[in-house]
Amino acid sequence: MKKVINVPEQVVEEMLQGMALAHPQYLRRVEGFDVLVRGNSPVSGKVGLISGGGSGHEPSHAGFVGRGMLDGAIAGAVFTSPTPDQVYEAIKAVDSGSGVLLIIKNYSGDVMNFEMAIEMASADDITVDKVIVDDDVAVENSTWTIGRRGIAGTLFVHKITGAKAETGATLPDVKRVAEKVIANVRSMGMALESCTVPAAGKPSFVLAENEIEIGMGIHGEPGTHREAMSTADEITTHLVNKILADMPLNSGEEVAVLVNGLGATPLMELYVVNRKVANLLGNKGVKIAKTYVGNYMTSLEMAGFSVSILKLDSELKELLFAEADTPALVQF
Amino acid sequence: MKVSTYQAMAAIGQTIINNKQFLSDLDAAIGDGDHGINMARGFEAVGAKLQSLGPDKDMGTILKTVGMTLITSVGGASGPLYGTAFLRAASLGQGKYELDIETALMMLAAAITGIKERGKAVRGEKTMLDALEPAYDAFVEGAKTDKSMIECLESACEAARQGVEFTKTIVATKGRASYLGERSIGHQDPGATSSYIMLQTLLDCSQS
Repeated sequence: MKKVINVPEQVVEEMLQGMALAHPQYLRRVEGFDVLVRGNSPVSGKVGLISGGGSGHEPSHAGFVGRGMLDGAIAGAVFTSPTPDQVYEAIKAVDSGSGVLLIIKNYSGDVMNFEMAIEMASADDITVDKVIVDDDVAVENSTWTIGRRGIAGTLFVHKITGAKAETGATLPDVKRVAEKVIANVRSMGMALESCTVPAAGKPSFVLAENEIEIGMGIHGEPGTHREAMSTADEITTHLVNKILADMPLNSGEEVAVLVNGLGATPLMELYVVNRKVANLLGNKGVKIAKTYVGNYMTSLEMAGFSVSILKLDSELKELLFAEADTPALVQF
Repeated sequence: MKVSTYQAMAAIGQTIINNKQFLSDLDAAIGDGDHGINMARGFEAVGAKLQSLGPDKDMGTILKTVGMTLITSVGGASGPLYGTAFLRAASLGQGKYELDIETALMMLAAAITGIKERGKAVRGEKTMLDALEPAYDAFVEGAKTDKSMIECLESACEAARQGVEFTKTIVATKGRASYLGERSIGHQDPGATSSYIMLQTLLDCSQS
């Protein structure tokens, strides 16, 4: 394993220290906890928005803490949900009395730990609610799974829900918007190369030279199947078609697109992918209102990408275009 | 039983730490490869907490310490599940210093109920329940036929071991392994395996 680290056990702690030092204008560490919140938390008169999960997805989630997006983020061990006591501290740090909304990606561990934190906060009479993001169409939502996974489409939930919360909307109204985003966002990813969790010291899986994994999760967990390497256009077409099969789009409808890198794929390749996504949607008469291309929800040094498509209405569009000022996303 | 709860928990923690790589390898095949890492981190924290607690506390205090420490140090799904299990068992051990068959049965039942409630899972979904529920059934059967505590534990461990084998034959429907569908067949469940390892260690240190 070649990694720029000191010791595996200290990676998360040292990363959090480095983030706080890099972005003092945005972030403050909740002392003694793996929690980063806005410097001016709690923001009075505003619903507090919290996200989090395992580390290794940087800039998610603390990179999106700031005006117009999140109020706080909790960092678990690499690819492991944070514990309830950590989430509870984040809730307390961002609650201004207007309530707190937790944005959780749909994994058994994340849901359980965040729900335990909600129970702890409720005992303190803090009003806390949650939404669960499940945008990954690679996994069928059936009685045989715990439901779809939450992956890169979570960025849209952070952005749009954050903009809504910034208006001073009530907790139920902020939650309504979050759920609307979740209902209208779909994603699917693929991997060319695995990643290595520092504490594990070896790759999470191994792909042959000419092999790719389709439907890859963001934690090195295997996807739906493996196939032979093909061209950017062919892979992109496959992913977009899977998304459109699940969420049909009609000519004239408007969307936002996210082409998300998993960590080791150059922007050059992500732009090649985006070209094809735009072609495919354009051919259908679908209008792309806004596009994000970059590393927003990574999986350590995994090579690969995901495509996310968000169907917009006038409310979501307006909030998507609203200002945001965070370490990893600045929009004016 | 000759072994104290304190000694048993220390032994269980050490065995989990010794099996860190094995459990992570099992998880890598069908999940995200960190079960051993997370459990070892949790039981290292438990070891430190137990040392500062000292060996003289009642079962309830010791098990509660184990549960709370796992909840605040493991993360993932295993933390809340095992943490809840130990907390539920702890509630039945308050003021008690020795484990008898009746208490053991009640604790195991409470732990299993806790896991089911927290994880919203049932037996047959390729989870720790596939080791723990057969173990409980075997324990009940042993108790009915007036077997000793050690004999009951022996039957429970054998049932848990078979339960782990059984998980190789079924499709995962809970946790991250569920996304694999049919591809999860042929692999034993890491959570069922760690549950079996805990029971087996309890038996081993009771016999020694």
